[in-house]
Amino acid sequence: MTNNGLRIGVFVCECGSNIAGSLDCDAVRDYAATLPDVVCAVKNRYTCSEPGQKEIKKYIKEHNLNRIVVASCTPRMHEITFRKCVSEVGLNPYLMDMANIREHCSWTHLNNWDGATEKAKDIVKITVARTRLLQPQTETEIPVLKDVLVIGGGIAGIQTSLDLADAGYQVHLVEKEASIGGIMARLDKTFPTMDCSI
Amino acid sequence: MDVGRHPRVNLLTFSEIEDISGYIGNFQVTVRKKVRFVDEAECNACAECEKVCPMVVPDEFQLGFSSRKAIYMPFPQAVPSVYILNESDCLGHNPIACGKCADVCEKDCIDFDMKDEIIEFEVGAVIVATGMEVYDPTELDEYGYTRYENVITSMELERLISAGGPTEGHFIRPTDQNTPKRIAFIQCVGSRTLNGKGNPYCSTICCMNTIKNSLLLKDHNPDIDIKVFYMDIRAYGKGFEDLYQRSKQAGVQYIRGIPGEAYENPTTKNISLTVEDTITGSLEEHEFDLVVLALGVIPRHDTEFIRKNLSLSKTEDGFLMESHPKLRPVDAPTGGVFFAGCVESPKDIKESVTQAGAAAARAQILLNAGKISVEAITSECLTDFCTGCGVCVKVCPFNAITGGDAKLKIPVEMIEAACKGCGTCAAECNFDAILMRHFEDAQIIAQIDAVLDENPMEKIIVFACNWCSYAGADLAGLSRLQYPLSQRVIRTMCSGRVDSKFILHAFENGAPIVLVSGCHFADCHYIDANRWTQKRVDKLWDKLEKLGIRPERLQLEWISAAEGQKWVKTMNELEEMRIQVTQEEIEHTIKMLKEDRDRAERKSKAKKSLTDLIKKEPVKAIA
Repeated sequence: MTNNGLRIGVFVCECGSNIAGSLDCDAVRDYAATLPDVVCAVKNRYTCSEPGQKEIKKYIKEHNLNRIVVASCTPRMHEITFRKCVSEVGLNPYLMDMANIREHCSWTHLNNWDGATEKAKDIVKITVARTRLLQPQTETEIPVLKDVLVIGGGIAGIQTSLDLADAGYQVHLVEKEASIGGIMARLDKTFPTMDCSI
Repeated sequence: MDVGRHPRVNLLTFSEIEDISGYIGNFQVTVRKKVRFVDEAECNACAECEKVCPMVVPDEFQLGFSSRKAIYMPFPQAVPSVYILNESDCLGHNPIACGKCADVCEKDCIDFDMKDEIIEFEVGAVIVATGMEVYDPTELDEYGYTRYENVITSMELERLISAGGPTEGHFIRPTDQNTPKRIAFIQCVGSRTLNGKGNPYCSTICCMNTIKNSLLLKDHNPDIDIKVFYMDIRAYGKGFEDLYQRSKQAGVQYIRGIPGEAYENPTTKNISLTVEDTITGSLEEHEFDLVVLALGVIPRHDTEFIRKNLSLSKTEDGFLMESHPKLRPVDAPTGGVFFAGCVESPKDIKESVTQAGAAAARAQILLNAGKISVEAITSECLTDFCTGCGVCVKVCPFNAITGGDAKLKIPVEMIEAACKGCGTCAAECNFDAILMRHFEDAQIIAQIDAVLDENPMEKIIVFACNWCSYAGADLAGLSRLQYPLSQRVIRTMCSGRVDSKFILHAFENGAPIVLVSGCHFADCHYIDANRWTQKRVDKLWDKLEKLGIRPERLQLEWISAAEGQKWVKTMNELEEMRIQVTQEEIEHTIKMLKEDRDRAERKSKAKKSLTDLIKKEPVKAIA
């Protein structure tokens, strides 16, 4: 049990056979359970799926978890998924982190069962170490002014200005030359319809 | 026309951005509206002033093929439809040397005392639509542009065939004002070159522009002989191939081969081209009345000020870099800034209009929301530790840190909305006075410790930036590329976050090899934060060498999101280095780094006690 208030849950994903086919997910889960401040370690078939996410939410509530590690794929894929998942049961989304045991482990060490298993354990350990120090974060909101600046009065600047002005926004269109029109105004006819440029 | 009349468009022509600063949702803009000497609201374009003006100068709009006066209308359809007096062409107005225009103007709208106007306003979003320039072929001596009058550019041809042009659409050649009967188009002038002249990229519009012009010329005169010399005809867009076929059917000949040189016949002023037809393999010579160089498109050279003030970066070709080449092609990497048109890459009119619409829509998402939530991965100044030295202000790629005064000990201020979270400030701060949220020092140190607390000799610490190198590693995995087990990745948002102390900490705790990896220079998602990574690693290499530690144990690699192969190659190379590192070497490293740290601590303690002493007993301290 913990004495610093930390209650970490580790969720090891098999990703079908994508992870479980190249390393021992049970061993990774059992190892995770021994790490400091980890109060529960769970293995899922697909953690990102609806049942997988339900499991995370269930454990957060039942075990009063306040830090989550998902050992699965790259955070570039599912960080937002799991942040949203934990926040739905009231946990700050920044208290979840991911251990990438798929792209950086199971897929790149396909024929080394023991080696990949040990590496996956290590990756989980590193992530748990970081997760213990994660802090809740709040995203700040800032106001956005309604006016727009368009720099350049060629065909692109003109079109953008008209669209924005028609949509109800005040547009400041700044053109360096004495007239708008840009390079297009110098063209005779234009392709592919052969109509006039001005 | 509509844009000049729209009630919600404040049209500022003959105006330049004097200053632009701020961040997403809140930009401050200063515009210099240059003096026209003609009252924009009053001028009714009666043209009386132009008639009396005695000064005759080349007309820029007609590319010098005709003339204009010192007071003039840029072109008949100009918006606003207002005259302008060019100060440098005018005989002078201080004191007034001529003043005929002012005398004749019935509405009294010519005012020689008019001054530049400074206009300030604030906006929530900025659309950069500064466009492009056309390549100047003068440097390509082989075509003799400017030496041979009958070698003209595609832009000049546009004026010569335009009904609004200097000849009112009567197509003539410059030397004898006769209508040319044999015309050559040379494609890819200034594009797709690798010899240092021109640019390596395809300008995308020149093929279709030539095809269009060939058809217009055939419309003028069906018997005209037109030959187009090309590398490839890129008629890729909707309706393009159809136009290309029509041009061929009209009798335009397409010859695959770019002429090596142009010669002028001194008597007839006709131009001969020698070319190898790469389809038939034959060497040919052709004579023409007129040669048109189909010019490529280049980035504008006068937008550097805007680029720097908005913290935008360029891709290798010099056009401005978008947020993502496929998924965010309209957004600039700087929040609240969007691209429209050729500023981002060469485009035809349809593509420019499409992107303009997209930019307007993207901007509206922001404007319509009225507020924006900023990701919590931003930096925070720990004011108790900040000395106000300003290093962070200097390194921040987004101008998100301001203030700070070392003498007055005023800490810096963070503009959270402008911070993108690269963490370079935290890495460069010498006083641990910046907290990088979600990528805190303690969190990263904890990861390093967790890597090294068991079997450190067997592991390589790899710092990888989120956007490129980490993604490159992901791609290696996705491609099922195999590499040694030794690497342990620590992800940061940018390689700029990798503090020297992380690297030294890793070595002091037994790491045999450390890799810092990030985006290639032009690709850095934080503009140029990785330049600081490079500088930092350079310094560390010197330091390690001085301490008798092999600098090559610290590696730096730029690996893009597309370079899974490079990731694997790097991992294999690192593994070879790792096995050569001995236990003795690591023990020596630990010893040297510990001693160095102790020395530094003693030094800073001594300095601190001296400062304390100066505070308490200044006289004694000096003695």
